[in-house]
Amino acid sequence: MVCESWKATLDTYLDGELPSEEMRAFDAHVHNCPSCSADALTHLQLKRNIQAIGKRFTPSAEFRKRMQQRIAGKARRNSFGFAWVAATAAIAVLVAVSLTTAYNERGRVRTEQVYSEVADLHVATLASSSPVDVISTDRHTVKPWFQGKIPFAFDLPELKDSEFSLLGGRMTYLDQAPGAHLIYDVRKHHISVFVFQERSLRLPGRLDENSFAPKDLSFNVETWSQGGLRYFVIGDASAADIDGLARLFKDAS
Amino acid sequence: MYLTHFETQSDSFEELAMPLFDQLYNFANWLTRNREEAEDLVQETYAKALKGFPSFRLGTNFRAWMYRILRNTFLTSRTGLKAQMTLSLDSEEEEPPELPVEGNTPETLLMERSNLELLRRAIDELPVYFREILLLCDLEEMSYQEIAETLSIPIGTVMSRLSRARKTLRNSLQITVSQGMNHGL
Repeated sequence: MVCESWKATLDTYLDGELPSEEMRAFDAHVHNCPSCSADALTHLQLKRNIQAIGKRFTPSAEFRKRMQQRIAGKARRNSFGFAWVAATAAIAVLVAVSLTTAYNERGRVRTEQVYSEVADLHVATLASSSPVDVISTDRHTVKPWFQGKIPFAFDLPELKDSEFSLLGGRMTYLDQAPGAHLIYDVRKHHISVFVFQERSLRLPGRLDENSFAPKDLSFNVETWSQGGLRYFVIGDASAADIDGLARLFKDAS
Repeated sequence: MYLTHFETQSDSFEELAMPLFDQLYNFANWLTRNREEAEDLVQETYAKALKGFPSFRLGTNFRAWMYRILRNTFLTSRTGLKAQMTLSLDSEEEEPPELPVEGNTPETLLMERSNLELLRRAIDELPVYFREILLLCDLEEMSYQEIAETLSIPIGTVMSRLSRARKTLRNSLQITVSQGMNHGL
């Protein structure tokens, strides 16, 4: 009977996660109890075997080299990734100079991180071999696909009389918060629309409808909050197109 | 001037991130079960981490941060979404019943026959939520706190999920033992 309580914490003991006093008591018990000692040995054996077979996959030398080059400064300087980092840095410098008196440093950095992350999500998705998980031009197919995958609902606009067409959608994360990522097309330009729950994001106060957006951003972007949801519309289409799609969303909600 | 700043930042990113390359690649393979997808996953993880590095707070757990990015990237991938369908975590507290052990235990089977392939298959067949937590604990030797940070769940949930993962694994191996005995192995 007494051993039952020991056995219940056996794995926690073997993981070394019991408080030190309990660890010492368990040590003493295992040394004097053949049954718990045998159990500890078998559980430990399983742990060791998992460790042995766990180290199973090794990256190829070619893949390792490729990754190192990407991370190394020289390769990155020529890549979009580096261009983006540099652009963000340039924005940081410009914004710091012009807005130091109006905004505090923390808010500024955070704002740029948000824009940077959203732009990153947009670019990474378009570069992916499968940018959308639900492929449909029908909003009545795309919207229900998100049910059960994200903890909120949102409306998609009717596009019949517009130049925009819906390509599909996928789940995404910003600040570890799940959200919807929709991709639209207008005259061969792809535009991403991101929808998140406002309260799930740690957003700086200045990210409101008429907020500042980094001037040197490679994309046009618009963001606003409506009905507890935070929307981002971003792409390399014209500012008028970005605004046009944003308006359709605002009217639909 | 900003180039110097970012070069410095990328240097420190490289110093922190590249030592984790092998283990992240290994973990990505366990999650995706596909070499090409694992490479894509690692690549995307590093790209995201590099971009997000300015927001990483030095002094906090970098390894957990990298694993969290990798895992979230996996969960939003096509394979990850499919994998999530295989298990509902609604009954987080429900423990699977312990199967009766007759004769050999799963561990003695593995010791006696040195048949680690059985264990590998059993881990491969675990739902992704069990597979990842088991590997983070037993392979990566992460503390419960580190696992909690990586999976963004409370420590209590780490303990209960780990316990369920181990019981499910042991039950699966136990079934293999029984089947092996029936087939005269």
